[in-house]
Amino acid sequence: MINWPNFVSQLFNGLALGALLALISSGLTIIYGTLGVLNLAHGAMFMIGGYAGYLTYSYTGSFVLAVIGGSLFVMLLGIAMERIIIRHFYHRPHEDQLLVTFGLGICFVEIIRLAFGSQSQMVPPPAMLQGITSLGFLFYPTYRLAVVGIVAVALGGLFLVLYRTRLGMIVRAGIEDSVMVDSLGINVYRVFMIVFGIGAMAAGFAGIVNAPVVSLTPGVGDDILVQTFVVVVIGGVGSFPGAILGGLIAGEIISITSMFNPGYAYVMLFVAMTLVLVLRPHGLLGTQGRE
Amino acid sequence: MSTKDLRPGRSLNVSRRTLLQAGAGLIGGSVLPASMSSSAWAEDHAAIGTYPAGSSGSSVFIGISVPRTGTYAVQGEDELKGYQLAIEHINSGHDLIKKISPKTSKGVLGKELKFGVADSAAKPNEAVQAQQRFISENKAVMITGGTSSAVAVALNKLAQREKVIFVCGISGSNDTTGKDCVRYGFRQNFFGQTAAAAIAPVMIKEFGKNKKAAYLTPDYTYGHTVTKSMQDFLAQAGWTTVTNQVSPLGAPDYSSYLLNVANSGADVLINVNWGHDAVLSTQQAKQFGVLDKMKLVVPYQVPFIARETGGLMQGVYAATDYWWTIEDKYPLAKMFNEAFEKKYGYKPEWGAENAYVSFAHWARMVEAAGSFYPPDVIKAYEKGETVPSLVGDVHYRAEDHQAVRPVIIVRGKLEKEMKNKEDYYDVVEIVPGEGLMQKPDAFGCHPGDYT
Repeated sequence: MINWPNFVSQLFNGLALGALLALISSGLTIIYGTLGVLNLAHGAMFMIGGYAGYLTYSYTGSFVLAVIGGSLFVMLLGIAMERIIIRHFYHRPHEDQLLVTFGLGICFVEIIRLAFGSQSQMVPPPAMLQGITSLGFLFYPTYRLAVVGIVAVALGGLFLVLYRTRLGMIVRAGIEDSVMVDSLGINVYRVFMIVFGIGAMAAGFAGIVNAPVVSLTPGVGDDILVQTFVVVVIGGVGSFPGAILGGLIAGEIISITSMFNPGYAYVMLFVAMTLVLVLRPHGLLGTQGRE
Repeated sequence: MSTKDLRPGRSLNVSRRTLLQAGAGLIGGSVLPASMSSSAWAEDHAAIGTYPAGSSGSSVFIGISVPRTGTYAVQGEDELKGYQLAIEHINSGHDLIKKISPKTSKGVLGKELKFGVADSAAKPNEAVQAQQRFISENKAVMITGGTSSAVAVALNKLAQREKVIFVCGISGSNDTTGKDCVRYGFRQNFFGQTAAAAIAPVMIKEFGKNKKAAYLTPDYTYGHTVTKSMQDFLAQAGWTTVTNQVSPLGAPDYSSYLLNVANSGADVLINVNWGHDAVLSTQQAKQFGVLDKMKLVVPYQVPFIARETGGLMQGVYAATDYWWTIEDKYPLAKMFNEAFEKKYGYKPEWGAENAYVSFAHWARMVEAAGSFYPPDVIKAYEKGETVPSLVGDVHYRAEDHQAVRPVIIVRGKLEKEMKNKEDYYDVVEIVPGEGLMQKPDAFGCHPGDYT
């Protein structure tokens, strides 16, 4: 089914898919870049954001409050996780870090399954964003259009924090050389805590914003986690612009490939990742030598 | 860090769960004293599989693997409840079990049933690992479970290799009792071919001839064979396939597939996806306006889809193994519904029904064989005698071990038509099984040896 209207539709859809992937991946990449910890519970944070938002929504009936509730809860959870568990793992091998975050991810998923069951839960989009909008060249769900805007604003906010604030400067410096930042007398561990909170919040925010699109199940984060890793690898580990670029590339690959042969949509995503790893092992916008 | 590194870790999760569950079963199953009276059979036959070791005590062990996590988790839990109810009924000699297996008093051949449960996550390797453990550590006399044909095919092979009978859980692929059939595997439920043969005439009558169909197909044996059967049957009425959107199991988003469907000019969307994939793709089809443009049909009905999609199944045709309202016609269905609802608080869907009935049939066959010796049990099935089920009398074909049983065509009720909150479907037709079946060798079944 290769025709122009469909091609343009898919191009646009790739952008929408990519925007969401970019947001989730940026949280993961900031945490890894700064702390050196690959957070395998990131998918679970995405899922918990959705459920915390869902709970807020069922009590208040307000989607805006759900987004705030979901994001804040996951931020606090991230901070608690960093304070209680993760900080003990900064100086331990990567394998230990992987295992502990992976284990936490399992616990989170099973706790949610225990509380809510496996049946999917729905969070309806706000009334004004329901239905379908005609863009001339395609009909697209209104809420998905809004998600592109919401994610763009969120990414803009993250950009301001990272590139226009003192905290952001420290974070970026920490990504390049955390030992140097530490020896300059900056309390890196306090920064680490904040970074973990912000990274988790990005996932939680994405989780609740995405909830009306996918319907929530405890496993919703597992599927997205794999894609998020692909995005980070393509974009460059630790690179915020890389996460955005990687997200958009991944979204387009999935959408465009599906037009030619849907069975290969995800295969092509991994082919792209492999190519990047072979030709530019530190990712498109990553810097050589970064962990 | 490549994503490939994630996979071994992922299996850690399930191994841990299954280990605990297997451990619990082990404690229950293996410390019981051996019965003096039952060792006589062992002398009649050479040892094979877990025979006679697995049945020499006062209890026998059943290995159950169902998905409790992942895309098919909801259906797996329902299936598990069916197994648990069947085991409880067999151990207590419940009236319903006696209707299906008249020789049953308490237990199977007087032996209490013990069981272990493992989470397969609908992944063949997880299921095989768990069942292998149930076989070698617990001496399981029968393994069961499913909800993915990829798992069913893998367990078929394990059963044949280990010479332990596998009673298939939900599996819709033609291959399960087709090219991947085995002597040691049996399937009670309907499948791609019979689903298509039953629902295609209804669709042609409802929507007309020469229509254009779009398919959403999950990328494994179940999806491919169901889609193929639907295409074959509908082609006879001039239907064409304008697009077939193949997606991986557990795809997190269907937007790109649905845009292709929306732009395909199809009249009917045939959604072969299953489990949460079916729920998500149907919900997103609504979001993209696809359901306003074309009619939806679900050829292999998904338990709980009507509950989970919030009204999107209204007016939708589906083929299924069982729907609870047939209790008006089948007294055993009524007994089952009542017992199930009393224990679990909701009306059973077909995952539970298939689990219960296929288990009860196994108990009957063992009683008929008078022994747990697997070749004798297999031969009892292969006699092809008529046996009761919740949807009337059925029989198993000797050639491919597939039950010949009716397929039920349902149509989603409008909200105003629903008499209670679980009254989701109208039963349109109960199509007798005999006319729906392909020739036993049509899908290349060569079941293999008894010993």
